[in-house]
Amino acid sequence: MTRKQKRLAVIGSGMGFLALAAALTFYALGQQTSYFYMPVDLLAQPAGAGDRIRLGGLVEKGSIVRGEGTRVRFVVTDYEHTVPVVYDRILPDLFREEQGVVVEGALGEDGVLLADTVLAKHDEAYMPKEVADSLKERGVWQEE
Amino acid sequence: MSVELGHFALVLALALALVQTFVPFVGARIGSLSLMRVGEPAAITGLALLAAAFAALMLAYVQSDFSVANVWENSHSAKPLLFKITGTWGNHEGSMLLWVLILSFFGALVAAFGRNLPPTLKANVLAVQGLIASAFLLFILLTSNPFARLQPAPIEGRDLNPILQDVGLAVHPPLLYLGYVGFSISFSFAAAALIDGRVDAAWARWVRPWTLAAWAFLTGGIAMGSYWAYYELGWGGFWFWDPVENASFMPWLAGTALLHSAIVMEKRSALKIWTVLLAILTFSLSLLGTFLVRSGVLTSVHAFATDPTRGVFILAILVFFIGGALALFAFRAAALAPGGLFHPISREGALVLNNLLLTTAAATVLVGTLYPLVLEAVTGEKISVGAPFFNLTFVPLFLPLLAAVPFGPVLSWKRGDLVGAAQRLHFAFAAAVVSAFLAFFLIDRGSALAALGIGLGLWLIFGALTDLALKAGIGKVEPAAAFSRFRGLPLSVFGTALAHAGLGLTTLGVVCVTTLETERILTMQPGQTAKIGGYALRFEGLQPFTGPNYTEDRARFILTGADSVRLGELISSKRLYTARGMPTTEAGIRTMGLSQLYVSIGDATNDGGLVVHMWWKPLVTLIWIGALVMMGGGGISLFDRRLRVGAPARRKAGPAAAGEEAA
Repeated sequence: MTRKQKRLAVIGSGMGFLALAAALTFYALGQQTSYFYMPVDLLAQPAGAGDRIRLGGLVEKGSIVRGEGTRVRFVVTDYEHTVPVVYDRILPDLFREEQGVVVEGALGEDGVLLADTVLAKHDEAYMPKEVADSLKERGVWQEE
Repeated sequence: MSVELGHFALVLALALALVQTFVPFVGARIGSLSLMRVGEPAAITGLALLAAAFAALMLAYVQSDFSVANVWENSHSAKPLLFKITGTWGNHEGSMLLWVLILSFFGALVAAFGRNLPPTLKANVLAVQGLIASAFLLFILLTSNPFARLQPAPIEGRDLNPILQDVGLAVHPPLLYLGYVGFSISFSFAAAALIDGRVDAAWARWVRPWTLAAWAFLTGGIAMGSYWAYYELGWGGFWFWDPVENASFMPWLAGTALLHSAIVMEKRSALKIWTVLLAILTFSLSLLGTFLVRSGVLTSVHAFATDPTRGVFILAILVFFIGGALALFAFRAAALAPGGLFHPISREGALVLNNLLLTTAAATVLVGTLYPLVLEAVTGEKISVGAPFFNLTFVPLFLPLLAAVPFGPVLSWKRGDLVGAAQRLHFAFAAAVVSAFLAFFLIDRGSALAALGIGLGLWLIFGALTDLALKAGIGKVEPAAAFSRFRGLPLSVFGTALAHAGLGLTTLGVVCVTTLETERILTMQPGQTAKIGGYALRFEGLQPFTGPNYTEDRARFILTGADSVRLGELISSKRLYTARGMPTTEAGIRTMGLSQLYVSIGDATNDGGLVVHMWWKPLVTLIWIGALVMMGGGGISLFDRRLRVGAPARRKAGPAAAGEEAA
């Protein structure tokens, strides 16, 4: 092989890898991302049962029901609409009423979100960024 | 008083960094040796000044001087001394100060130990280091002054975030920064070479130890961070593909690629332009990581004390350095002479494959990390990219890389023989396949996936051992001769084998945990027993306990083996840190052999029970042990004589040398 051919081979295989990576990336982005919703967004464009979503909002006051075995129920609200959530694991330490939360899981037939992840950060002043932006846009919450 | 001195030292350090930037650079331009030499004392004095500033801040923490705003926000007089000390960098301002301190530490090392560097190269390297230090010192002084005073001084501080009150804070950030910032030396060397307009094998030999050191530190830092998050967060996970984790992982991937391409450049003087580009990209990814972590533009579970307004400043620094270096590269790269030729099947070829896969993998991580940010900026849509994305993109790219690793060291330079290499590795391959079959049939619930993964991990380990055996000539020469040859092998050969075997150990750990782990979530009444992983845990009840700055409810479990032998007890607790009123969960972890039993507790139930989440994690510790072995491999290579003593004088440019270059 001449120098040029070798260089072409290297460049060709490099391009091949990049193409492979790009294909994988596009495929994965199409399949494996979850959209972020606030409860009110679900009113406007309902997600189908079984869809995986990421729901942000505040934990509604007085909605936390603990103690039924390992299951916890609570309601996520954005002061306009609410979504009930069921979670079957240990909640994060800073999960509290009227605090920002991001919940990930699949919507059930009955409109209840079956969560497999509940995120509340390790900082008491934390408001998830998506939730803060969305609440501020509608003017229902201000940063202290 | 010492606080003001610290602040003053910081300002002086900035002035000195500016001197270090411009004087040696001008000296190198006009060829004045005396101007170029200014860089060395400037770098060493700069380190002394920053060390003084850092010590002043640390002193304020140790003395709980709450008149300093930074100390007031992040400390408390009742905090144990260790956490007062580590609290110095457990916040934005302090961690940026640590960043610059380490930067100047590396610069001073180059100044002190780079005696055999050509003066212009050294001057330019120190100038670029000075420029980076100036930018970050300016950032600290203008936006993040750790020495700002409060008037009047509060009586008590607000305490450090309880999650950070852990030994992990003493080890993880310094190691991680030594890695992150260590790559600045490779970056400065690359920029200096581009300014100089010449890069050769000697350059690669000078850069390699710095890259190696940074890489070893970063490996340790990431592993330590992973273990810390694993035991502290109480979620039982070791890696979440969180943006902050990715931010440290991308420079690691690029740095690993750089480490390998520098070998090709040193030994065969090929891949010059690529190596220079990688050196730039690696530190650029470090800077990007600093930006992502410090600015909080991405939602992360690990980011602490972030501030978006200050992020813009770091973004500007980022754009300046990455853009500047890439522009320099674009102008100068064409001037660099192309290097040696090689056959695609050769050690060089294998290292090129390594580089291709590593950089592509790094690119997918980059896309997955930044895509949500870009999409939101462009369309306003908010999405999240999580573990499933990375499992689908990163993993398929990384698996072939792992499978190819053992081939690299046994191929010969320039023109290799794939069949020969395969023959040399047949023992390792057979052993790995047999182990995979054994795993499939012997392990309870062993799946094909687990077996393949275990086989892959062992293939890496056996491959590394085979390489050592081949180089020592075991089986070919007399045992005594083989032993003496084994002892005479260069340290870097051992380093390579160790690092590759460590990668195998980590692979084994990851595979075993992800495929063979068992978990249970249940409510337990006192006296109740739960079985997991062949062990039984009896819940003994909750007991209150008071620590120095927290109160906690401790759940006690008695651990018994399969034959009801008492093995000891395990304590998991819910803590409340009184100063911040912040609760944390302390997981109860019991290590048995290489595996761990992990217990986290939740809330009490109405009927007096307790929610308990328990995991049996087979061979989980191998994940971090493997990383430590990799780090050890890097460390051993660093002590190779060829890197220490043999730093060569640059080849004299002449007809003979030119002929050799072209060969």
